[in-house]
Amino acid sequence: MTAMLELDHVSKRFGGLQAVRNLSFAIQPGEILGLIGPNGAGKSTLFNLINGVFAPSSGKIVFNGIDITGERPFIVARHGLARTHQIVQPLTNMTVLENCTVGACFGRENLPLNRARDMARAAAHTAGLDDSIDVLALNLTIANKKRLELARALAAQPKLLLLDEVLAGLNPTEVEHMIGVIRRIRDSGVTILIIEHLMQAIMSLSHRIVVLNYGEKLAEGSPADVARNPQVIEAYLGDPKLAAELEGTA
Amino acid sequence: MLRRPFFWIIALTIAVFVAAPAIGDDVEMRESLALAAVYITLASNLNLMLGYAGYINFGSIVFFGLGGYICIWLVSSYSWSLGASLVAAGIGVSALSLVFGFGILRLRGPFFALSTIGIVEGVQAFVENFTPWGGSSGIYISPQVFLPLGGSARALWIIYFLFVAVMGASLYLSYVIKTSKFGLGLLAIGQNEDAAAILGVPTPRYKALAYSASAFLPAIAGGLYFFKGAFIQPSDAFDLTLSTEAIVICMLGGQGTVTGVALGAYLYEELRGYLLTSSTFSNFQLVIAGVLLLLIVLFFPSGLMGFVYSRFPRLQRVLE
Repeated sequence: MTAMLELDHVSKRFGGLQAVRNLSFAIQPGEILGLIGPNGAGKSTLFNLINGVFAPSSGKIVFNGIDITGERPFIVARHGLARTHQIVQPLTNMTVLENCTVGACFGRENLPLNRARDMARAAAHTAGLDDSIDVLALNLTIANKKRLELARALAAQPKLLLLDEVLAGLNPTEVEHMIGVIRRIRDSGVTILIIEHLMQAIMSLSHRIVVLNYGEKLAEGSPADVARNPQVIEAYLGDPKLAAELEGTA
Repeated sequence: MLRRPFFWIIALTIAVFVAAPAIGDDVEMRESLALAAVYITLASNLNLMLGYAGYINFGSIVFFGLGGYICIWLVSSYSWSLGASLVAAGIGVSALSLVFGFGILRLRGPFFALSTIGIVEGVQAFVENFTPWGGSSGIYISPQVFLPLGGSARALWIIYFLFVAVMGASLYLSYVIKTSKFGLGLLAIGQNEDAAAILGVPTPRYKALAYSASAFLPAIAGGLYFFKGAFIQPSDAFDLTLSTEAIVICMLGGQGTVTGVALGAYLYEELRGYLLTSSTFSNFQLVIAGVLLLLIVLFFPSGLMGFVYSRFPRLQRVLE
């Protein structure tokens, strides 16, 4: 079985800052892979490398058998890779439905306008935005803006979905709901790469976890293995309370 | 399409433009409406870039001037018919804009706006030194070119109807693009270009296509305009004032709206006509335009129809 996404010795340097160093890992189809690491570890940069916002300084990125290294974002999106943003990027003066329609129109299926609208409605429904479908994106609450990010990415019917901190800023009930949504998306056959700081959530969601620190891979394995890994606890989770939290979930 | 209210609005506008001056053979009204038609054409096409894709083009006048030059040149040097020259002007300027577009649309925001002024200056400097186009003294055409159209009196009416047709086509183009997938992509670019690209909108191609599409009808209008005057020179053809007025019109009517921009163009033309002929205000027209722009940007950033649509969203769904 070919990997859904394969990173082969990927590096990215911004002037003197080595943001990602020699990173290799693979995501299998149907998997939820969690990406964790302290602030500034290079997680979001990695997302930007995968979906073409930045070109890697070296290394290769293969998506579903296609080399997408350095391809521009709209080409990568067309191949079936969608993402959400940590800092929400709504199309502010457009409604929720229009936002999602853009996703559906220009995503993997390249749908015509009327079919894209149906797909957009379905995606908004999945993300729990039924009540706000005609609301302008700028008037949404932060929780709904996060849902919009997800709905818009879903509307593109991606094969691989990159989720960048979709749980951050949500209250516990909303987190609960969002985790359910993510599971349902996975069950519908979408492979997911997720960045998250909420440890309990990512430990329970992910099949496997990759830990980044200073742009390098520190550990990789099942949530339980990663949580027990002394290097991870020492280098990344230095805080004993967090370590205890991890032990609790593992 | 016939069931869309907007189609009937365009049809009605054209009917009024055709009938009002024709009924009483009112030449004065015809000239005023011809200018309004030119303003509507320029502003509607500018709106494709400014209102939809969010790119401020100060150089839309280049399309108008170059279209005028190509048309006059073909008519005077190669004795082409008016119709063929107009089509050639439209296609030629559109093609050229596509090439320019791919280049300058890598720039964003103020940098793009500045580069469009650079294009006006560059093209004007080129034309001033281009001898086949008469350099800085321009091209005159002999009144004999009006003969195939049935003499100059009749030709002026024909040209007027062509102005109205180009205006109608501009409104229709604005509407068709706005309700298409291409338009959705442009609107997304206008809201947040990076997010649009990540969602899969092919931003470089869409922007260049919009830029090129916004050149076609203004080029034809330019051809008609200078053919009517039988004379073209660089300082008239590439006058930045008209570009700026087109921007004021878009802001006045509501950038991104189709009906708003048309309404704004008409109101602006009426206001301008009043100011030019009034003994107190003549020469103040641009001052007033400037104050108007300031007031709109400060208090009604979404323009006339933008304001109306935000109050009555349902109206927007019916009209656009």
